[in-house]
Amino acid sequence: MRVALFIPCFVDHYFPSAGIAMVKVLERLGHEVIYPEGQTCCGQPAFNAGYWDEARPLAARMVDLLGGAEADAIVSASGSCGAMLKVFNPELLGETAHAEAARELSGKVWEFSDFLVSKLGVTDVGARFPHKVTFHDGCHGLRELGIKSQPRKLLENVAGLELVEMGEAESCCGFGGTFSVKFSHISEAMAEVKCESALSTEADFIVSNDSSCLMQINGWLEKNKTEGAQPKTLHLAEVLATGLPEN
Amino acid sequence: MNAQISDDRDLVMHRIREALQIRRQGLPAHGDAERYRELLPLVGDDLDARIERFREWSERLQTEFIVCSRDELDAKLAALRETHGWQRGACHLAELPRQALAATGLENEKALIIDDSAGADYDKATLEASEVSFSNCDALVAQTGSVLLTSRSAGGRALSVLPPHHVVLATTDQMVPDLPAAMALVRERYGDDLPSLITLHTGPSRTGDIERTIVLGAHGPKKLTVILIRG
Amino acid sequence: MPARSSSFKAAAAAYTQKRDTRAFLRGSMTGYLAARAQRETEFQDWQAAREAASAAKAEAVDNLDRYLPEFVEKIEARGAKVFFARNGDRARDYIRGVIQAHDAKCIVKSKSMTGEEIHLTETLEHEGYEVVESDLGEYIVQLRGEHPFHIVAPAMHLRREEIRELFADKLGPGAGTSDDPTALTMDARRAIRQKYLEADIGISGVNFAVAETGQMVICTNEGNGRLSTSLPKVHIAIMGIEKVLPTLDDLALLLPMLATAGTGQHITGYTTMIGGPRQPGETDGPEEFHLVIMDNGRSTLLADAEQRDALHCIRCGACIYMCPIFKNVGGHTYDTTYMGPIGSVITPHLRGLQEWKHLPSSSSLCGACTETCPVHIDLHHHLLHNRRNAAAAQPAWWERLAFRGYRTLAARPGLFAMAGKAGRLFQKLASPLLGSSIDPAKAWTRCRTLPNPPERSFREWWAERNGTANGRK
Repeated sequence: MRVALFIPCFVDHYFPSAGIAMVKVLERLGHEVIYPEGQTCCGQPAFNAGYWDEARPLAARMVDLLGGAEADAIVSASGSCGAMLKVFNPELLGETAHAEAARELSGKVWEFSDFLVSKLGVTDVGARFPHKVTFHDGCHGLRELGIKSQPRKLLENVAGLELVEMGEAESCCGFGGTFSVKFSHISEAMAEVKCESALSTEADFIVSNDSSCLMQINGWLEKNKTEGAQPKTLHLAEVLATGLPEN
Repeated sequence: MNAQISDDRDLVMHRIREALQIRRQGLPAHGDAERYRELLPLVGDDLDARIERFREWSERLQTEFIVCSRDELDAKLAALRETHGWQRGACHLAELPRQALAATGLENEKALIIDDSAGADYDKATLEASEVSFSNCDALVAQTGSVLLTSRSAGGRALSVLPPHHVVLATTDQMVPDLPAAMALVRERYGDDLPSLITLHTGPSRTGDIERTIVLGAHGPKKLTVILIRG
Repeated sequence: MPARSSSFKAAAAAYTQKRDTRAFLRGSMTGYLAARAQRETEFQDWQAAREAASAAKAEAVDNLDRYLPEFVEKIEARGAKVFFARNGDRARDYIRGVIQAHDAKCIVKSKSMTGEEIHLTETLEHEGYEVVESDLGEYIVQLRGEHPFHIVAPAMHLRREEIRELFADKLGPGAGTSDDPTALTMDARRAIRQKYLEADIGISGVNFAVAETGQMVICTNEGNGRLSTSLPKVHIAIMGIEKVLPTLDDLALLLPMLATAGTGQHITGYTTMIGGPRQPGETDGPEEFHLVIMDNGRSTLLADAEQRDALHCIRCGACIYMCPIFKNVGGHTYDTTYMGPIGSVITPHLRGLQEWKHLPSSSSLCGACTETCPVHIDLHHHLLHNRRNAAAAQPAWWERLAFRGYRTLAARPGLFAMAGKAGRLFQKLASPLLGSSIDPAKAWTRCRTLPNPPERSFREWWAERNGTANGRK
């Protein structure tokens, strides 16, 4: 299958290892991976802030760019940005010349774990990761895209990995884009609840399918370091790309 | 004042009609009793299953639920009086509640018998002083462990809620499976001549307003007893 | 910054510092969460039930011009006096008129959020009437001079010790002698009991109104709704225009759904359908029954077809329990009648978008509200719609400028890549400033570290690995 990568801007600039890991996993599974050039921002920050006029040209641009890529599927490194393309673009671009194209693209967009499990039917990628892991559900992935069991199925099949659920797995980490700085104190309190719940699992790694959540979680953990070992945050793709046998 | 009243009514209805110039498209179909029955908690088909479900809910809700035959009724009632130590009782002018008042030995000068045959007034303070009230009901709802009663079937509005202990007398033909059946019963029994109050009582009065701790008897009855008479 | 927005932020920031209080609030919900999960499984199909409930409310609300008059006609035929109120002032005036006509002194009230919305109790108390809130939680917050912390659990923020002290202080000798919730509840029972018999007037809210039969429905657990509508000579009920359901069958569906979502019960203890005052042949009940049907901004929301489903709300309070914002800022921080997600959706419609737009903004859009809503209102998307409407009507110049600049940048991938690189470099250069008072990213770095910028971006990695052409392996 020919798979086009959707690498959201903050993954591109701050968390490239998540994208790189996706390439490794997909290629290991025998798929052709392309990266349509010229990807910038999907427009979600402006969209979420209510500035839909400012968001529209960016959304339309991504629809042109990714819709124009000759690929069987578009796979996103982030549940949140994936939801922008899959759920919100058809509404945002609903009354524009891009309406049809946005709807069409929506049907081709997949979040990474959903793509592996639901589209490809893969639950064991052959990874090995001998650590204790807890999974954080990014809200957009969980509630806009219905992703709950997919990442867990993948993690359960990673050799050596022990998956422990945290008490507040489905609670928001408090990132929420510009919310995290506009309402910094609320965002901080939400991060605290989330992190303390993750810490109580005594997992070595907090894994998620959204780098933005991990940025929030890791940012809080580092700021509130205590004695002893601290869990690290890792994108799901990075776990799945670890210990893969060479092709 | 009347001119103003009609003003606001006309204005609000006008606003509503204006607001509904645009109706939403593609709304899902409005359901009915049959559809809802497929979604609500399942209840068994036969009487025994329904009694069992009512019993389960009664246990959880701390409703005292007694099933007996008509022959056993007086003895059960006498035993209840032993247990609860009532001195003053109230009931309305109907066969089973009168029988209950007599069988518990509470048919004395302090007793209150509300004459609901003609809708006569009664003394509220006397009712308030009663420790127990006996009433009929319209139905028992197995699905929820509820008693359905009305201002017409149960001696008015207050008899079933003011004294600290309410005893309901029901017969097995009054057991209905679920809420849709209870609504159907209301429709069939009363039609366009509805009693002013129709109510479902499910367990004794309860509150969880202090630290979410359940406490019985916040305002209404601290105890609810349902006696189901077989046959 | 507008006053309401800044006071919200200040109150929120203050509340988030109270770790014990927040933990108490979270802890107090565990019983609810477990009971509710259990109730949902008892339904044959809870998710389908949500859709059916939504359909029933949609039928009612989209045809309110038919169902509301049908309801009114039937309840009037049994002698109810119905008053439509365009706003809170008119509703209060009418209620005051009824009270004065009966020369009433003492009023016993059961729970009504519509009453809270128009500050009915406070207003009447201020005018010298004795008004007793009979719902235990409402009674407690009334004694404290507070507003409800949550629409279903008004006193959920209070610990038993605080309630004991309150009762000892306010209820006279013999009350507030123990922390035991049972003893405290009995203190309140004794204090309120006599009021039912003394009160000239009972005031209640309305949970549903059934068009088919012309009955209004009150759901309470304590039985206070039953007593305050049975003993006083006059009953006044107040409801919003949106409370109507088409049929009794719809009620059969919605009663257990309200209880499941609201309290984790399968049905509330006392579910009472009232069709009028005392009827001929009945032994008791109010001689007069007045029903106030209030608009107060609801028709504005009705006119917004996009967000009309917010009028489907049955006030179960579940979205509030589930909301991580509520859990961390508490109910009073909102300074609204309706707190939490539903409040953030409807308050801007009821009380002014620009004044209240900070509420829809203060959300991470996590969607826990929509997921839990028993009538499946699209709550978190409506927060987005409110943000859009607020920005379109009155954009913040700096925000629009920022997004326009960003748009220009993001439309040029070369420039965007360079800016990203420059940003990562800038972060390295600025690292001594991070967390300091002149840190440009202070709102973030105050409580979180920034991620370490990587050596190269994904696109740089890709170009290095694959050249510029796509798909080469």
